[in-house]
Amino acid sequence: MAQQVFVCNEIEMKDGDVRIIRQDRIEVGVYRYDGAYYAYRNHCLHQGGPACEGIIRSKVVDLIGPDKTFLGQTYDDDEPHIVCPWHGWEYKLKTGECAPDPNLRLRKHEVVQRDGGIYVVI
Amino acid sequence: MNIMTPMVRDPNQEQFDTRRLLANAQRQAEDRRYEDFMIIDVDAHHYETNSYKEIFDYIEDPVMRDQFIYTKGATQLPRSTGGFQEMAGRITRYQHRATEKAPDGVHRDIGLTRKWMDSMGVDVACVFPTPMLGLGLNPIVEVEVQYARAYNRWLCERLLANESRMVSMLYLPMNDPVAALKMVEEFSGKKGVIGFLVTTVRYKPLYDNAYMKLYRALEERGLPLAFHAATNWGDQSMHITNRFIATHALGFTWFNIVHMTNWVVNGIPERFPGLKSIWIESGLAWIPFLMQRLDNEYMMRSSEAPSLKRKPSDYMREMYYTSQPMEMINNQTMLEETFKMIAADTQLLYSSDYPHWDMDLPSTIYDLPFLSPQAKKNILGENARKLFKLDYLISDEKKARLKAKGVAA
Repeated sequence: MAQQVFVCNEIEMKDGDVRIIRQDRIEVGVYRYDGAYYAYRNHCLHQGGPACEGIIRSKVVDLIGPDKTFLGQTYDDDEPHIVCPWHGWEYKLKTGECAPDPNLRLRKHEVVQRDGGIYVVI
Repeated sequence: MNIMTPMVRDPNQEQFDTRRLLANAQRQAEDRRYEDFMIIDVDAHHYETNSYKEIFDYIEDPVMRDQFIYTKGATQLPRSTGGFQEMAGRITRYQHRATEKAPDGVHRDIGLTRKWMDSMGVDVACVFPTPMLGLGLNPIVEVEVQYARAYNRWLCERLLANESRMVSMLYLPMNDPVAALKMVEEFSGKKGVIGFLVTTVRYKPLYDNAYMKLYRALEERGLPLAFHAATNWGDQSMHITNRFIATHALGFTWFNIVHMTNWVVNGIPERFPGLKSIWIESGLAWIPFLMQRLDNEYMMRSSEAPSLKRKPSDYMREMYYTSQPMEMINNQTMLEETFKMIAADTQLLYSSDYPHWDMDLPSTIYDLPFLSPQAKKNILGENARKLFKLDYLISDEKKARLKAKGVAA
């Protein structure tokens, strides 16, 4: 049965922060990003690494000119990625979708904001 | 809905700790009951760079020693791919490992190695150095000889002599065949020395007559010869790749492909039938490719490989391979066929390559649906135990798990 699990007070998390919540054998990473909250199972789909304990890094994009020449690379800050620290598998922070394979997705958990507190449904 | 009070952590505020990083690996080890059998990791690494000051003391040539001291070790590396392994900070253990607290009472290297081994459920690990994988490119032969000897002495005296769970196949300075032979003569029989190693990023062909005494010495002693791949971005063909993913994916297979091809077509397995060879860190997909390729050409051009009495693949099937980095993305059918082609039940040796970025856990083997329970145990430990004639050894941590279940270790 799903339970609402207290994470912390809203004022305790700033943008870019993550908290790892352990409930029995389940670990969930709760993120705050651009004022919104996201939560995913802390379990990489590759070899089971702690997917939510790595860095957040924006998607890297190649810059290709109108004449199809390579101009360099930059970050797309509209698409932050969660990076698993074991091997570097990347997931879209806002959806949990695996960046190079949309068929794969971190298990998502609902986040509830209530009375100044943040709760995750596990 | 119930409201629960769980354990909450902020990972960005925690001291880096391998046991924490690998907590999910430990859960895998417990869930899969790795305490029931021995796991041997045939290709793991440490960073000899962390012990440079100690190793430099073992360099016998005082002029060379000063070169190493004042270049902070850069003397050994005529190439550099630094900065790419850690993926610009994405693989967090690279930047944080230096700050990790190691257990008291043992060499830091031993303490840190035990941590990841216990997390993964590995009982014995064959450790290799890291930057030294490129030492064979050094144009100064004496640098390879002196530094290899210093490293080997340091490894044997400071680590292997003091930790039965760590073993190694010692680096051979192949740019000096006489020195390589002396290395075998001097270090064979030392505690933890289970074979010798050729790093395959090098350009002296291994079929050269100058090496035959070396191969004979290894064969006589019953010690395997391992070939550890790496990449060389300065190689002419790799030089046209512009992303690390390209030079790594190709280089780590290419250098073993070249040396394996030379090894077979020159009939080295026929000349030294008792010499066991191990091919390390090229993954597995290259082996069926090369078997098919060489067999096909051999049937047309057997006159160019007259020492062979069988097809190239027949020799390759009798060699040993380490598993990592095992190609396993949407390829179950191919992977199963690969296991059959290389006789994995008896010839494949599990390897993690930890702590490098593309490491594989024991579960990469254990979870394969097409393997029998015995095949899993063979690949994860028994094949290596027989090959290296190792005693059955279960770690204290795994023994404790057995004891908790009332099972004698």
